[in-house]
Amino acid sequence: MKFVAVIRQVPDGESRLRVQGDRVDLSGATMILDQMDEYAVEEALRLKEKHGGEAVVVGFGPERTEEAIRTALAMGMDRGVHVVYEGFADPVAVAEALVEVLKEEAPTLVLTGGQQADWDSQALGGALAEALGVPVVAWTTALELEGDTAKAKHDLDEGAEWVRVRLPAVFTTQQGLNEPRYPTLPGIMKAKKKEIRKVQARLTPKVTLISEEIQEKSRLGKILDGKDPVAAAEELVRLLHEEAKVI
Amino acid sequence: MVLVVLDHDGNRLRKGSLEALTRARDLAQALGGKVAGVLLAEEKAPVEEARKYVEVLYTATLGPYTAEKWAAGVLKAAEASGAKAVVAPSSRQSRAYLGRVAYALRAGLLEDTLESRLEGGEVHATRYAYLNRVTQRVKAALPVVLTVKPNTTPLAEPLGGEAEVVALSVPEVPTVEVLERLQEEKKGVSLTEADVVVTGGRGMGSAEAFGLVEELAALLGGAVGATRAVVDAGWRPYAEQVGQTGKTVQPSLYIALGVSGAVQHLAGMNKSKYIVAVNKDPEAPIFKHADYGIVGDVHQVLPALIEAVKKLKD
Repeated sequence: MKFVAVIRQVPDGESRLRVQGDRVDLSGATMILDQMDEYAVEEALRLKEKHGGEAVVVGFGPERTEEAIRTALAMGMDRGVHVVYEGFADPVAVAEALVEVLKEEAPTLVLTGGQQADWDSQALGGALAEALGVPVVAWTTALELEGDTAKAKHDLDEGAEWVRVRLPAVFTTQQGLNEPRYPTLPGIMKAKKKEIRKVQARLTPKVTLISEEIQEKSRLGKILDGKDPVAAAEELVRLLHEEAKVI
Repeated sequence: MVLVVLDHDGNRLRKGSLEALTRARDLAQALGGKVAGVLLAEEKAPVEEARKYVEVLYTATLGPYTAEKWAAGVLKAAEASGAKAVVAPSSRQSRAYLGRVAYALRAGLLEDTLESRLEGGEVHATRYAYLNRVTQRVKAALPVVLTVKPNTTPLAEPLGGEAEVVALSVPEVPTVEVLERLQEEKKGVSLTEADVVVTGGRGMGSAEAFGLVEELAALLGGAVGATRAVVDAGWRPYAEQVGQTGKTVQPSLYIALGVSGAVQHLAGMNKSKYIVAVNKDPEAPIFKHADYGIVGDVHQVLPALIEAVKKLKD
């Protein structure tokens, strides 16, 4: 069996973002393995531990993405493939670039995060599934293998459901699926020796990024003292009714 | 031709569909074409309502939702209508199956857009990125697939006619078997469409304390949200989680009760029109993002708020 986690490297959510010219400048940001993709890596590791086989991390992005691939290797993934691409790429183009590698790997299943912390895109799982001609289960919160099928629980817009899906299939991951492990020191040492195969991305971007700007909405910041809860609550309701006119 | 995917609850079109229609009409006008609708249903669909809004309506009854079936239905309607653009309301489900559709059409996918327009034969749009902290301007050549962020666009009015209804024959696709549907308890409006969201954080202290959060939300005609800590503690279901790993909301009024204001939570609500915070810690980061706030014990302030709202309504 082979379990593939598709990952990207993104700025830490706590990082301060700056805009230089008309682009977000990430030079001062701490870059991490996308936390949504961490659930994918953890799940691949758990599936391998339970069912045997191989766990492979496939990373997409610029040279620095290698750090995120090393993080996944330090968590315990067996080897990595890095599809190298500098610049902005939309999910359809990313899927185009990854399909060849994924077909070559012939995984039992593919996991990737439900939403990307940089582009805020939720489409990669669906696009990858279409590229591979297999089903997709989005926003997975439970996953069990049963022969050549998987049983999974996943969120819908309203509620959730259990499904059975024939493998191979793509699953997008999120909080609730598992609790990702931290890389251990021996894991980090071992990761240095693990193979990362480099592939140059071949893709045609479908979406062009024109500009980016940070728009922090300035807030009113009218903070009341709640020592007298009734008075504070009445004043707040008055402000919301008369000033903001939202109730 | 522009194709609009009409989302519904079996009985009525969702508000998001009327926003998507407005965007679809704008694009169609710029392209010199018409708007076709596609109405995909598990069993039942509001066909009579939907045909008032479009010039031709494609329908298909597909059984339980799967991304594969919905993608196949949209692709079939896109093919039948010769659409150069597919417009849909943004939802978790639409953003999954439209990833398939965009790949199949090798189309530019503009997700969760705030506005969109045709310019020089390309569709330009704005959207949020970096956990809602950055506004991106993006563009894509036709064909495009575009999803419309809720609460960004005026609602479309009926056209005054009744569209021809065309039943689609959607091919069988390798698919997912739905074993069991776990329905969310329907309590008022849905979180992502709500104009008021009342969210409880760890500071609420217990699952029981959310009874009052529900009461305030109901009084304001809003929905209940929860933070990751609350969901992890098992006090509320994942479906109610607001934040990076939960849902993104943009109501007129967002009330954060006992919420500290971690970046991951802010990512799900920082575009709300007005943000109100109640927290006993004056240093809580949420106050930096609040328009109004009360520094105080949520267990005392929340009952007082409920009373004050009731008084206002009387």
